Amino acid sequence: MLVADRIIALGIMALSAYFMWHAAELPIGWNAMTGGPGGGAFPFWLSAIMMLAALSILVRTFRYEPPEKGSDQPFFDTVMLPSVIKVTAALIITVALIPYVGAYIALPLFVFWYVKIYGKHGWTITLSLTVGIPVFLFFFFEATLKILLPKGFTEPYFFPLYAMFF
Amino acid sequence: METLALLADGFATSLLPLNLMIVILGVTAGLFIGAMPGLGSVNGVAIVLPLTFIVPPSSAIILLAAIYYGAMYGGAVSSVLLGIPGASTAVATTFDGRPMAQQGKAGLALIAAATASFVGGTISVVLFTMFAAPLADVALAFGPAEEFALVLLAFTTFVGLGGDDVPKTIVMICLGLVLSTVGLDLISGQPRLIFGDLPGFYSGISFLVLAIGAYGVGEILYTIEKSRTSPTVTPAKITFKELGYGLRRMNQMWKTMSLGSFLGFFVGMLPAAGATPAALMAYGVARQTSKEPDSFGKGNIEGVAAPETANNAASTGSLLPMLTLGIPGSPTTALLLGGMVMWGLVPGPMLFIEQPDFVWGLISSLYTANFAAVVINIALIPLFVWALRMPFAVLCAIVMVLCIVGGFAPSQKLHDVWLIIAFGVGGYLLRKADYPLAPLVLALVLGPLMEKSFRQTLIAEQGNVLAFFERPLSATFLCLAIVFFIWPLVGLLFTRDHKDHPHVPSKRPKFARTNKT
Repeated sequence: MLVADRIIALGIMALSAYFMWHAAELPIGWNAMTGGPGGGAFPFWLSAIMMLAALSILVRTFRYEPPEKGSDQPFFDTVMLPSVIKVTAALIITVALIPYVGAYIALPLFVFWYVKIYGKHGWTITLSLTVGIPVFLFFFFEATLKILLPKGFTEPYFFPLYAMFF
Repeated sequence: METLALLADGFATSLLPLNLMIVILGVTAGLFIGAMPGLGSVNGVAIVLPLTFIVPPSSAIILLAAIYYGAMYGGAVSSVLLGIPGASTAVATTFDGRPMAQQGKAGLALIAAATASFVGGTISVVLFTMFAAPLADVALAFGPAEEFALVLLAFTTFVGLGGDDVPKTIVMICLGLVLSTVGLDLISGQPRLIFGDLPGFYSGISFLVLAIGAYGVGEILYTIEKSRTSPTVTPAKITFKELGYGLRRMNQMWKTMSLGSFLGFFVGMLPAAGATPAALMAYGVARQTSKEPDSFGKGNIEGVAAPETANNAASTGSLLPMLTLGIPGSPTTALLLGGMVMWGLVPGPMLFIEQPDFVWGLISSLYTANFAAVVINIALIPLFVWALRMPFAVLCAIVMVLCIVGGFAPSQKLHDVWLIIAFGVGGYLLRKADYPLAPLVLALVLGPLMEKSFRQTLIAEQGNVLAFFERPLSATFLCLAIVFFIWPLVGLLFTRDHKDHPHVPSKRPKFARTNKT
């Protein structure tokens, strides 16, 4: 927990430094012409405050005496952490696939992986979800709201459907 | 009297068949969302928001408010049946609700929770109706200076009253404000913080992206890590005899319930507090004023009633500053505010003048939502028992797909979906490290208003910073803000005198945390 606290504080400090660097592209000082701060001032000085606050969190972790061995709780639940990583990876792969194979292949694949392979559920529930979700998405977003989801190479297969609903 | 006439007009809007249907739909959806462990009102509203494009804006807000309302009722269901709160707002309900269920009185506990929610909701909606118009009148006098001071005050309440670690709260407020500045500068029109000229950042970071990321994806990841053992569902049956008995028992608890309602309403109005602390406070007060305080925690029905009145009252209370001042009182209302802005309805006093139909339609819909919620809640209890047995993976898969598609739909950019995943993982890690998420979302929603009002004031006053203190209302808000900001520092000095150094410095009690409201 203590180590994680330090790493996260350091990460936030790095992030604020990055924000400050970008914000400084616009004037960060007082604009004498209009009598107000420049365009970059708001993000710059807020990032500075963020950095100071993160620094105080970091310093604080060194000031208190270290907890006795074993009393410090681990940051991650080691048994469940692999699951969290797996689900995150599956999400990233799904979103990365969307522009190429389209939402109507990527999302059912994700649902199939999640319910059948990760969740180890039966075929009935898996198949009803993998079929039901894309059908719902099509009728809700495309047919009703006219919001087209990305289809990648599957686009031509949807032309007959478009002809029916638009 | 004028208020009553306006309210009657409002009912003409909210009792339209479409809106009535929407209220019933929203309340039912909210009840289920609230009842699912891991999903609360804020998650429900974040996930459902992109789907509401299907109805006109005013009905969309009514739908979201109904979900918010239903989720407050639903939270109690899993507190009683599973022993884990369905939403953080229902934490206090587990204290006595779970023991009651274990004694075979689950049905009675659910009846108590539903009736208490109804009483809390009704009292607070009446209070809301009374305060809304006068508060909006006061807010009419606001200029940019007052707006800035009020937003600053809202943020400092997080520092002073939020109950979270102070530096971590400050980090989250600043992060939210900095993220809100991404895109084109409001005044000079120049692009800023666009991170290597990525075109996706020119339009800024939508609050919806952050909300879906942190409260949708992040919440599911958090729940996956916590779901090592699956909880057991306590069966609950409800007979009419039990219903009658429950209502008679509740009739003896008017003192507890009205106290909880008033407490909840006023605590709910504060941006930093909200429904969770309100419920815990109401529980504490009920125990202290009870004749038999020892029976609390062992299945006392009053211990279920008190927090449930308070959390419902608080959810209504937090709508009041959102609608009248444009300053949300909770993360969920921050999302409602963001949604309203997206649909071109700018909350604040002008809304009462320009769109009275909408405002009073929304207020009157709270009455219908409250009524619908109590009826649907009691009628659907068998269905909840069944739904809580639903495999968790099914729920997760559906929510994740809705997060991806819901994040894509509003602006149709895959860029936003990538941001959602980044915010989801980031929010999950930050939440684990005890960084509060509520100020982050609030800061992103209020950031543009804060910067604009600050710079407008300075431009109008030729750079005179003291202008903020020269106007009486803005000076009052700023002084209050300073008090809230200094408050924890005073507390820090006080503990130092006692040489009371905790290891991992989380000085205030953990239960006061308000990740979700």
